Amino acid sequence: MKTRKLAALSLLTALALILSYVESMVPAPVPVPGVKLGLANLAVVFALYALGFRAAAMISLVRVAAVAVLFGSGVSLLYSLAGAVLALAVMGALKAGGRFSSVAVSVAGGVAHNAGQILVASLLLRTELFTYYLPFLIVSGVITGAAIGAVSGILVRRVRWKRK
Amino acid sequence: MKKTARNDLLLIGGLLLLALALYLVFQAGASRGGQAVVRVEDRVVGRYPLDRDGVFPLNGGTNVLVIGGGKAWIERADCPDKICVRQGRIFRNGQRITCLPNRLTVTVEGGAGDGADLVS
Repeated sequence: MKTRKLAALSLLTALALILSYVESMVPAPVPVPGVKLGLANLAVVFALYALGFRAAAMISLVRVAAVAVLFGSGVSLLYSLAGAVLALAVMGALKAGGRFSSVAVSVAGGVAHNAGQILVASLLLRTELFTYYLPFLIVSGVITGAAIGAVSGILVRRVRWKRK
Repeated sequence: MKKTARNDLLLIGGLLLLALALYLVFQAGASRGGQAVVRVEDRVVGRYPLDRDGVFPLNGGTNVLVIGGGKAWIERADCPDKICVRQGRIFRNGQRITCLPNRLTVTVEGGAGDGADLVS
């Protein structure tokens, strides 16, 4: 059981890393800092539903650290860490509340991720970036979050983790 | 299940409304600005009047600012994503170009040389 879980976590973390890499090759669709497809969130949202909050948190945080080492810089680590932590908190809370589907949970997570990143950027740069870009980041978070949430929902229904 | 879907729509609709409201607030009161103010981290490193054309390497050359026709834009950057270049030309007060990798921003602000510095 423990080994199974370890294997599942490792697999999903690796998947999140590959998705991050694929995403880094796709140019951002709009020129607003912080806008991303958030493909790696697919693994995180899936883990949140299939394996629980702690598994999702571990995958997300390990991914952020590994991405920073592999393709990022010190500053980008801070941005993505803030985004990841805020997204996890919001998604965990909304899912625990039980009033929303995986789509809305993922939407809130996407928006929280974007907001967390730009908030830290604002603090580091000491400018009001946060307020200026927030409208665009909310909209992009809603769109990408909805897509990721929908796909994760399908995956959770189709993939059978818990067999035996 | 049905209730979940309704909650989802409320959440998503609420977020989109919030975005629209924020956007409209920022659009209001955006008048033509007088100068492009360049900041690296939180320090102002240069002020460039929008009525004086020119090409200005910024931040030791990581980004190249161009002023022309009353507008300002980033012509070149050494970062991989080039988001600052693609942000285009700015000329209204409060408009901004941001290069997160180099921690650099270009903001359009009021009248050139009026001495007012609105750094938060």
